[in-house]
Amino acid sequence: MPRRAGAPEVNAGSMADIAFLLLIFFLVTTTIETDAGLDRMLPPMEPPEDDVVIKQKNIFTVNINKNGQLLVEDELTNLKDLRAKAIAFLDNGGSPSGTAEFCNYCKGKRDVNSSDNPGKAIISLKNDRETKYATYITVQNELVAAYNELRNREAQRLYKRDFTELENEYRNPETSSSLKEELKEKVERIQGLFPQKLSEAETSSSN
Amino acid sequence: MSKFNKKKDGDLPAVSTASLPDIVFMLLFFFMTVTVMKDNTIKVKNELPKATEIKKLEKKDRVITIFVGQPNQEYQKVFGTESKIQLNDKFANVSDVGDYILAERAKKPQEVQNFLTTSLKVDKDANMGLIADIKLQLRKVNALKVNYTTYEGDAFSNIQ
Repeated sequence: MPRRAGAPEVNAGSMADIAFLLLIFFLVTTTIETDAGLDRMLPPMEPPEDDVVIKQKNIFTVNINKNGQLLVEDELTNLKDLRAKAIAFLDNGGSPSGTAEFCNYCKGKRDVNSSDNPGKAIISLKNDRETKYATYITVQNELVAAYNELRNREAQRLYKRDFTELENEYRNPETSSSLKEELKEKVERIQGLFPQKLSEAETSSSN
Repeated sequence: MSKFNKKKDGDLPAVSTASLPDIVFMLLFFFMTVTVMKDNTIKVKNELPKATEIKKLEKKDRVITIFVGQPNQEYQKVFGTESKIQLNDKFANVSDVGDYILAERAKKPQEVQNFLTTSLKVDKDANMGLIADIKLQLRKVNALKVNYTTYEGDAFSNIQ
C-alpha cells in the first residue's frame, strides 16, 4: 500500500547560495565600471606675462578643416601618417652636439630645420568650428600616442618598463606610498625628457 | 503517558533556512535598483568616440560630467536637432556651463575642490565649435582639468 505522505520536500538550502552568487555578481560589475578617456589640461585664461618668442621650426602645426582633412606643416596628410610625423618632429633633436640644447637621447634625423630638442618642440593644434568631434579625438589620440611611444622607448631604456605601465601603477590608488614615491621620480623624469606641449589655438570660423 | 514521551532526548530542532533566500534576494534587488538609479538619464544621443591612449577616471566624487549631443527623438520637437549641452537632467546653454561648474564645485567637500576633473561626454557627431565654447567657459571658471571621455577601441574607426 503506497504511503500518503505528500510530495517530498525540495531542499532549498542551495537557493541562498545561488542568490548570493547573483548578489556578488551585481555588486562587482556595477562598481568596477569607471569611465576612461583622454586627459587634457586647458590653458589658463590669463596669458603668461612674458611673451616668449618661439622659433617657427619648433612648432609643429596641425590644422583640421571642417571635412576632417588634415594639414600638417602645410602639407595635406593622411590621419594614419600623423603619428609617425609627430614622432619624427619630437624626436628630431636638431641642435648640434656640444651646445647646451643638444639632445643626447634623441634618435631622429637631426634636421636643422626641424625641432631643436623635445623640450622646445611644441605641437599646435587648430581646428575649424565645424570639425567633427570624432575626428578631433582621433587626432588628439594620435598625438598622445606619439608622446607615449617616445616615452615608452625612454622608459624601456632606463627602467626596462613601459612608461604607460609605470604611470598606471603610479596613478593606481592601491599602490603603497613608498612605491609611489619611487614611481613618481621615474614618471617625472620620463615626462621631463619628452614634455607634452600641445597647444590649442582658438577655433577659427573662417574657411 | 505516551503524550509526554513524544520528544526525543536532547535533539535540537533544525533551524529553518527557508527564509534565507528571501533575505538575500531582497538585498540583491536593493543593490540592483540602487546602482541603476544613480545614473542620470541621458537626454542626448551619446555615442562616445573611441581612443587607445586612455586613462581611467579614478575617484568618481571628483568628477563633474557634461553631456553633449543631439537631443533624443522625443525632445527634438522642442529643442531641434542641433547638438545641445545637458547638465544634470536639463538642457542648457553654453553660458550656463560656468555657473554649473561653480555650483557643482561648491557642493564637493573642501579638500577635493582643487582636484576636480571635468568629464566631457560628447557624442562623436557633435561639432567642435560647441566644444570650443564649452572649453572657453571652463577656462573662465578655472576648471582646467578635462577628460574627453571615450570608449576603448581603435581610434580610426571613428571616421566614417
